[in-house]
Amino acid sequence: MMPVNRMVDETPVTATGLDPESAWWLRVLAETGPRREAALARLHELLVRVARAEARRRGPRVRITGPELDDLAYQAAADAVMAVTGRLGQFRGESRFTTWACKFAIFEVSAKIGRHFWRHPGVPLDAEDWDRLPDRLGLEPARESEWRDLLAALRRAVDDELTPRQREVFVAVVLNGVPLDTLVIELGSSRNAIYKMVFDARRKLRAALVAGGYLGHDTQERS
Amino acid sequence: MNDWPALDDFLRTDPRDVGCDQAMEMLHVYVELVAAGALAEQQYPGIAAHLRACGPCGEDFEGLLAAVRGEAD
Repeated sequence: MMPVNRMVDETPVTATGLDPESAWWLRVLAETGPRREAALARLHELLVRVARAEARRRGPRVRITGPELDDLAYQAAADAVMAVTGRLGQFRGESRFTTWACKFAIFEVSAKIGRHFWRHPGVPLDAEDWDRLPDRLGLEPARESEWRDLLAALRRAVDDELTPRQREVFVAVVLNGVPLDTLVIELGSSRNAIYKMVFDARRKLRAALVAGGYLGHDTQERS
Repeated sequence: MNDWPALDDFLRTDPRDVGCDQAMEMLHVYVELVAAGALAEQQYPGIAAHLRACGPCGEDFEGLLAAVRGEAD
């Protein structure tokens, strides 16, 4: 993946003055007293609205409904308020304050849905369900005679090319469809670390399939 | 050209991909650019590459974009 310094180079820092509303939020939240309490209540109200909308947006796919979904949203909003007030010094004015604050509500909903799946897993995290892979990869049953060797080669590459940890993560995420955020909790890791493991596994597996003549060489940069 | 585009797409990695931490660090900035119709992808190609490849971060992006566009009201 792209190293940190390249990302920093391409990131323009634009903290040259805040819009009036963002400046108001920062000023009032840094105070003590009733104005701050009123601002906190307003922030909480905003983040509850965002968290509820986000939980509803994701709810059908993760099978969370009704009071459980509302509880999740309220908890996410409360935790997001804590995250925002604890990080006020990190707001650099590159966006509106409310956009930055809403980001934490979205993150909290993400994390709580991951935790929900962890408590109510639909599949065991370590089972190896290779039978589901053709469907996941859009391999049509009618062409099985063509892709049978390809899939066998992929399976060999998973066994031979990946480290035990990469294999564990690949099996959970790709074969079993375990949400990445759930695996983060299961393995006591971070989303970035798990993603990097899957990223490296994908690169190794593609190289193995290209070397075996199953996939073409990568001759074009993805746009 | 490959006969198995879905597999190829899944295994293909983009070297510009910045990873989850950096993409999420700048998500609010990226989302405001997208919401404003600005050229977010050109300005932050590493974040765009990451959001295309990472399902959970892509979900967070969609959620924050919906919030900024007022869909939470």
